[in-house]
Amino acid sequence: MTVIIRDGNFCEDEWMANGGAFISLDQFDLETHERDSEITGIDIPNSTDAESIEGLLELVSAIRIPFPSFADGRGFSIAKRLRQMGYEGLLRAKGHILADQYPLALRSGFDEIELLAPLAGRQPERQWRDSLTRVENNYQDRLSGRNSIARTAETA
Amino acid sequence: MYIYNDFDEKFVRERTRQFRGQVEKRLDGYLTEDEFKPLRLMNGLYLQLHAYMLRVAIPYGTLDSTKMRKLADIADKWDKGYGHFTTRQNIQYNWPKLKDVPDILDALANVGMHAIQTSGNCIRNVTADHFAGAAADEIEDPRPTAELLRQWSTDHPEFQFLPRKFKIAVSGAPNDRAVTKAHDIGIRMVRDDKGEAGYEIIVGGGLGRTPMVGKVIREFLPRAELLPYLEAILQVYNLRGRRDNKYKARIKILVHETGLDEIRDAVEKAYEFIKPEFSHPSDELVNGIARYFEPPQFNNVQTAAFDKALEENPALCSFVETNVAEHKNPAYGIVTISLKPVGGTPGDATSEQMRTVADLAEKFSHDEVRISHEQNIVLPHVRKADIAEIYQVLKEAGLATANIGLISDIIACPGMDYCALATARSIPIAQEISTRFNELKLEHEIGELKIKISGCINACGHHHVGHIGILGLDKAGIENYQITLGGDATETMALGERAGPGFSAEELVPALERLIDTYLNVRESSQEIFLDAYRRLGAEPFLTALYPEAEKDAA
Repeated sequence: MTVIIRDGNFCEDEWMANGGAFISLDQFDLETHERDSEITGIDIPNSTDAESIEGLLELVSAIRIPFPSFADGRGFSIAKRLRQMGYEGLLRAKGHILADQYPLALRSGFDEIELLAPLAGRQPERQWRDSLTRVENNYQDRLSGRNSIARTAETA
Repeated sequence: MYIYNDFDEKFVRERTRQFRGQVEKRLDGYLTEDEFKPLRLMNGLYLQLHAYMLRVAIPYGTLDSTKMRKLADIADKWDKGYGHFTTRQNIQYNWPKLKDVPDILDALANVGMHAIQTSGNCIRNVTADHFAGAAADEIEDPRPTAELLRQWSTDHPEFQFLPRKFKIAVSGAPNDRAVTKAHDIGIRMVRDDKGEAGYEIIVGGGLGRTPMVGKVIREFLPRAELLPYLEAILQVYNLRGRRDNKYKARIKILVHETGLDEIRDAVEKAYEFIKPEFSHPSDELVNGIARYFEPPQFNNVQTAAFDKALEENPALCSFVETNVAEHKNPAYGIVTISLKPVGGTPGDATSEQMRTVADLAEKFSHDEVRISHEQNIVLPHVRKADIAEIYQVLKEAGLATANIGLISDIIACPGMDYCALATARSIPIAQEISTRFNELKLEHEIGELKIKISGCINACGHHHVGHIGILGLDKAGIENYQITLGGDATETMALGERAGPGFSAEELVPALERLIDTYLNVRESSQEIFLDAYRRLGAEPFLTALYPEAEKDAA
């Protein structure tokens, strides 16, 4: 069982509920691909070079990036790079993520978190909501002159 | 000095509140120790041999009297009345209790200080030349750049869980006092042929178990491109740095294994993506920071009294010779206060000493204090006319040791007396060396000599870049000290070469004595320092001094 965290709330998996699916990168054949991009999502390893999947970005509406351990921060940079490349679809982080990392994930461009139930059990919903207060007021937005790319309820 | 604005204030308060919550979550069992660990580390809290250790950031080593007094108060209230200044310009408290740490962080926040990112696999406290803003040879004060980097790296969303820790140093002078070539990124302020100010960017330096001299990845980076370009370097490192082996996870290994040219290409490519959405901070913001570092109003008074005092007081004369450096204003000097008394613990200061320094800074140094990576304290702006009085005060406080740059001005890591990683003691070795050479009364005769001691191969004591480096190891339960020769921490950086088999703790000081004797015999004049003699003559005569038996056997 997994739990989806969106805007600080535990909620159901809307992507799946609306008929969406994730297929793995190695099953994705650009040549023969005929799926409906509206309901096609892709699982990419966190060792993926974002530019190597540039051709896919128009064919999918969701990308899921794994966090095998909370200490492995590659997913943050991949998400950021995908947004820098202009990807606008759903970005989901899946795996071992701590409530304290939630602002980092949002600010790197993720929309939502997919957490295994036991991990969600140890990190109740209020911890994620509390974390949301730390999305705004960050040094990087001030310094870069850019607007936050964090997609929270207010901005999305 | 930089003063927090509302944003900084709010940020640090929020961060302290967050950490208080994390401590509670840990105590209540919501967080496992494994999960708590990176969170406490990101707030400077280590678990050491005997207790927790809190490492407080002193950004680019700059303090004022208010901050220094607060450090003293914390030492008294929550520790054992002293603190330890480190090679990264931080201060460490060795005995805080976990439950007290949020209160300590609150106390720090009251004076605009924190312990954010002094540990963990993130961008650490940015260091800079401790003579910044005062040195006669300076092109430009590196601290506005360092402060900009502090802000940019603080809670950066991409770079809190890097493969390994990441250290940045900035130097604004041709004489590199910030060891920029031994950092993950070293930044040197330079000018191009048109006189335009910019940065030379050095990448992949580091000490530790695989010491490497940093390499220039960009010879000239225009001022306005600094942050996005560094973001590109960090992004490449975050994605490509090794995570399979923590001993091969620093960027120096990535650069070494991949090759500088390929890394440079990858960085330039990443930069192309980052540039469009990351314009440099506004001039208003940058100038706002720079204003905090404008030079104080210097008071150019006569120095005749100073010259007279020097004539009358040989001890003062000796102090000035070693501990006072040239200031850009000829009426001023830069006073370094040694935290290396004979037989003392390098870098330790009692709360009383901290308060003495705070008083002196307030009265005589335009309220500025610096911590040097060599673990000493600096009063950067002192009128020469006031030096005699300062010397008197320092003497009474046990802080007037005249040994800056000499054999007893030793960098030493905490070693086995405190550190969980250490394989040998460092502090007692430093104490023995300074005691012995003090007995011999040779210190001033020997002249400039940098001894650096690490208690394990992680090299926190910078032994690789000591003119004489000492590395303490554990050989089947017995401490064994390896000597390296010819290291150099400056702009002419070199890694020391291992002399040969190590020495026991008892054999070490006699071996050093033989080494120094030989140097005194072979040097061309008293102007030729140990490092220069070593470079001129090569290792041979020095190895003979260290290993006389081996020479005899070979003969």
